[in-house]
Parts: sequence; structure tokens; C-alpha cells
Amino acid sequence: MNVPHEAVLIFAGLGVALAAASVTGYVLERRVGQGNGRAAIENLNARVRAWWVMIAISGGVLLAGNGAIITLFAVLSFLALREFVTQTPVRRGDHAALFVSFFLALPAQYVLVGVQWYGLFAIFIPVYAFLTIPILSALSADAQQFLQRTAETQWGLMICVYCLSHVPALLTLRIPGYEGRGALLVVFLMLVVQASDVLQYIWGKLAGRHPIAPAVSPSKTVEGFAGGVASATLLGASLWQITPFTPWEAGGMALLITLIGFLGGLVMSAIKRDRGIKDWGQMLEGHGGMLDRLDSVCFSAPIFFHVTRYYFAL
Amino acid sequence: MIARLVGWVLSAGLQVLTGAHGRWSGCAPEARQRVYCVNHSSHLDFLLLWTALPAAMRRVTRPVAAADYWNSGLVRRYVIHDVFRGVLVDRGGKSAQPLEPAVAALAAGDSLIFFPEGTRGPGAGLLPFKSGIYYLAKERPDVDLVPVWIDNSYRVMPKGRFFPVPLVCSMTFGAPLRLREGEEKEAFLSRLRNAMLELQPPQ
Repeated sequence: MNVPHEAVLIFAGLGVALAAASVTGYVLERRVGQGNGRAAIENLNARVRAWWVMIAISGGVLLAGNGAIITLFAVLSFLALREFVTQTPVRRGDHAALFVSFFLALPAQYVLVGVQWYGLFAIFIPVYAFLTIPILSALSADAQQFLQRTAETQWGLMICVYCLSHVPALLTLRIPGYEGRGALLVVFLMLVVQASDVLQYIWGKLAGRHPIAPAVSPSKTVEGFAGGVASATLLGASLWQITPFTPWEAGGMALLITLIGFLGGLVMSAIKRDRGIKDWGQMLEGHGGMLDRLDSVCFSAPIFFHVTRYYFAL
Repeated sequence: MIARLVGWVLSAGLQVLTGAHGRWSGCAPEARQRVYCVNHSSHLDFLLLWTALPAAMRRVTRPVAAADYWNSGLVRRYVIHDVFRGVLVDRGGKSAQPLEPAVAALAAGDSLIFFPEGTRGPGAGLLPFKSGIYYLAKERPDVDLVPVWIDNSYRVMPKGRFFPVPLVCSMTFGAPLRLREGEEKEAFLSRLRNAMLELQPPQ
């Protein structure tokens, strides 16, 4: 497929921003030396390095076309669900249900995106997988903590597979005057969510004083939240040309995406807190697990998909 | 050639399922002769450990496995002999020196993957150790024993299940230890046991 030239410009911009971040990190590391704050700078630099890899993969996938985008999100769902299930106390009786979740429900959901069967895509996991999972667990004749175990598997499937699959599902929307540019809508969503996370982190580090939800996530501050949401909304509005929206609509969408993404991050933090873990995994250096990077996307993607579908698509 | 390929496919598949990664907290992944002492809760354990080793070390690191289980059936026999070059030993007191083949493998310069529990346990914690590892350490007090903790593999494929599900597994390699001069069997076994339990991630 031919990539819209806006995508090339955006990735060039990301490259410049990352290069600036790398240089800043290098200078900070030199200046701090072995002193206080060394660990924070090292974590910052690890995050920037991981971003280079993530941006490179995203760019490659975008070049390769819609099939590659769908496949990428299927892989991300797999990695996220694997982290989620690892942290939940499943028992031997859940083995069949987990097997079906990973090797049947997950691929099927993304095949439905690929063949653009919206009707089944929208209900496959909330109806069919939802009912199948407790049936399989009941058949394995283990009743201990039954509801809790079943709910955890269902929840993992909803968040990591169903919700996340709404990102590539944006490719299937038919928006008048926006034909063949669906990949840009994926770029818009991912860019706004991830930029919001990064900007909240930066604002929080620079100006963060007042914890916003100390019982759930000690690192989130009012200043980080306000600054991050405001600047990510501005960024979203400035990207209106790659969307089917007007500048005001693009800004409104970005605000919606960032608010829900923030609340999603809060929900996932509450789960981590309860489990006594700081990160979901270790696969992304500096960031933690895949799910740590995707938690806000999981929440904002379905909302963004449906609002766009309702107001803009055929 | 084909056996090497099968080994690679099995270990790549397991990598995808479990993201198997080794944490070398007590020693480095060097090509030295060692006996890896590992907790055992799944058939996947030695394959997992094998996957965490650098390629050059895999070829000279051989699992010590039960002859009665692995010699039954064509597939198992192929996998244990041709792919992993397993050292098969008799369980159940049929022979006087069941670990003779393991001692021979050490004499030939190979490293070993050894399960001191002698069988698969329930997952968390350890079963009582058999005396095999003491015998091995006494025969070769000059070889490093590396305690290893495999986390989570019993959930990937529990006892009695035949298909795996994807869960993140990790392997922690501890500091090497050796049989001290004049150390009693019980003291040695409990020292090794504690060294392995200490590697268990906090729950």
C-alpha cells in the first residue's frame, strides 16, 4: 500500500523528538554523574531507547500495510494477555479455558477485524467467549474460588484482546471523504494516547507536587495529569489534518482519548497495587511490561472507535 | 542436523509461549562445567532451562532424566536421546549405582541439568531431596553446583495436562556452591535446598 505522506512527516517528527530526548538524556547523565537522581536518569534513558525500538517497529508495520497492523495488534494482545494471566492466581482447572482464550478467542477476534465482520467482532468475546470460559472451567470440576477465577480470565480477555482489537478495527470504518486513510486514524489514536502518557510523565517529573490518587498510584500527580492532558489535547488538535475531523473535533477527540486513557491507567494501577507488583512485566526496558505501555490504549480505543463510528462513519 | 533443528524449534516455541528469560544473579552464563540444580514441577523444565542458556552452552549441557519415563514411546526416546543428549538414569532402586551415567557424563566434560527432588513437585516450594545430588557432589567435589529456580512453569503445563498455555516464566541462577570437606549429607542437602528456595521470587 502507499503510505500517506502525512505519516512520513509524523514519523520524521517523532525521530527528531526522540533524538532530542536521547541528547537530553545523555547530557543529564553526564551532569548527574554518580550523584543523586542517577537511577531516575538511567530509567529515563532506558525508556527513550525502548521508544526508538517501538517507533521503528510501528513505522515498519505502517509501511507493510493493513494486514501487518492487524497482526501487530494481535501479537500485542497475546503479550498483554500473557502478562495479565501470569499475575492472576489461576488454578489447574482453568487450563482449558486459558488454552481457548489464547489460541482460539484471540486469533478469531483479529480474523474478524481482518474480514471486516463488524456484527460478530462486536459480540464475539462479550457473548460467546464470556459464556464459554466458565463452562470450560466448570467442566474441569474445580469449584474453589470459581467466580473469582472465571472473572479474571474473562476480564483479561476483555481488556487485552477485545478492547485492544478496537485499534486495528479503526481500519474497517467507512468514513466519507477519508477512504484509504484508515491507518492514519490508528496513528492519531496511538500518538495521542502515548504522547499523553509521556507528557504526563514529563509534567509530573518537572512540576508534580500533589498526588492525585495516592492510594492507587503514588506516582500520578495533579500537575502531571493537568499538564499532560492539556498538552496532549493541543497535540491532537494540531494533528487534525490526518483525521476526518475539524481542528475543534480533533481536539475534543484527543481530550476524550487522554481522559479515558488516564482513568484506564488508574484502573490498571489499582490491580497492580492489589497484587503487590509495580509493573506487569519486564519486556520493555524502563517501561516495565507490555501492559504497562498499553493500559491507557485498552481503555480509550473502544470509546474512540465507537464515537468515531457513530458520528463520522457510514 | 535434524535433531539440532528440532531442538531449535522446541526452544523457540517455548520462548514464544513463556518469554523464557534467565536472570543470572549469582553467576555468569559462561561455558564452564557445572551441575544446574533445578526445582521440578513441569515436563517443560529442562527445556526451559536449556532455552535460557546461550547456544554454545546448550550443546554441552545435558539433562539427567528418568529412564522409565523417557524410554517409553518413540517420540520421547527421540527427543531425549537425539535432541537433548539426555543422561538417562534408573529410578526405583533397580541398580546399585543409578547415577553412574551422570558421573560418566561429568568425566567426559559435559554439564548437567539435575532435579534434586527426583520427580515433579506441586509447583510452589520443594519436595524433600533425594540423595542423588549428594552422591554426585561427593564423586566430583571440584564441579560447581549452580542453584536455579524456575518460576511458574507448573502453571504453563501442570502435571497431568498435555498442552501448554502461555504464561511468563523466569529462571534465576544463584551463586555456585560445592560440597565442603567433611560435610554431612543432611547438612549439604539443606544448604542446597535453602540456596534454591532463596531464589524463589516473593509472592
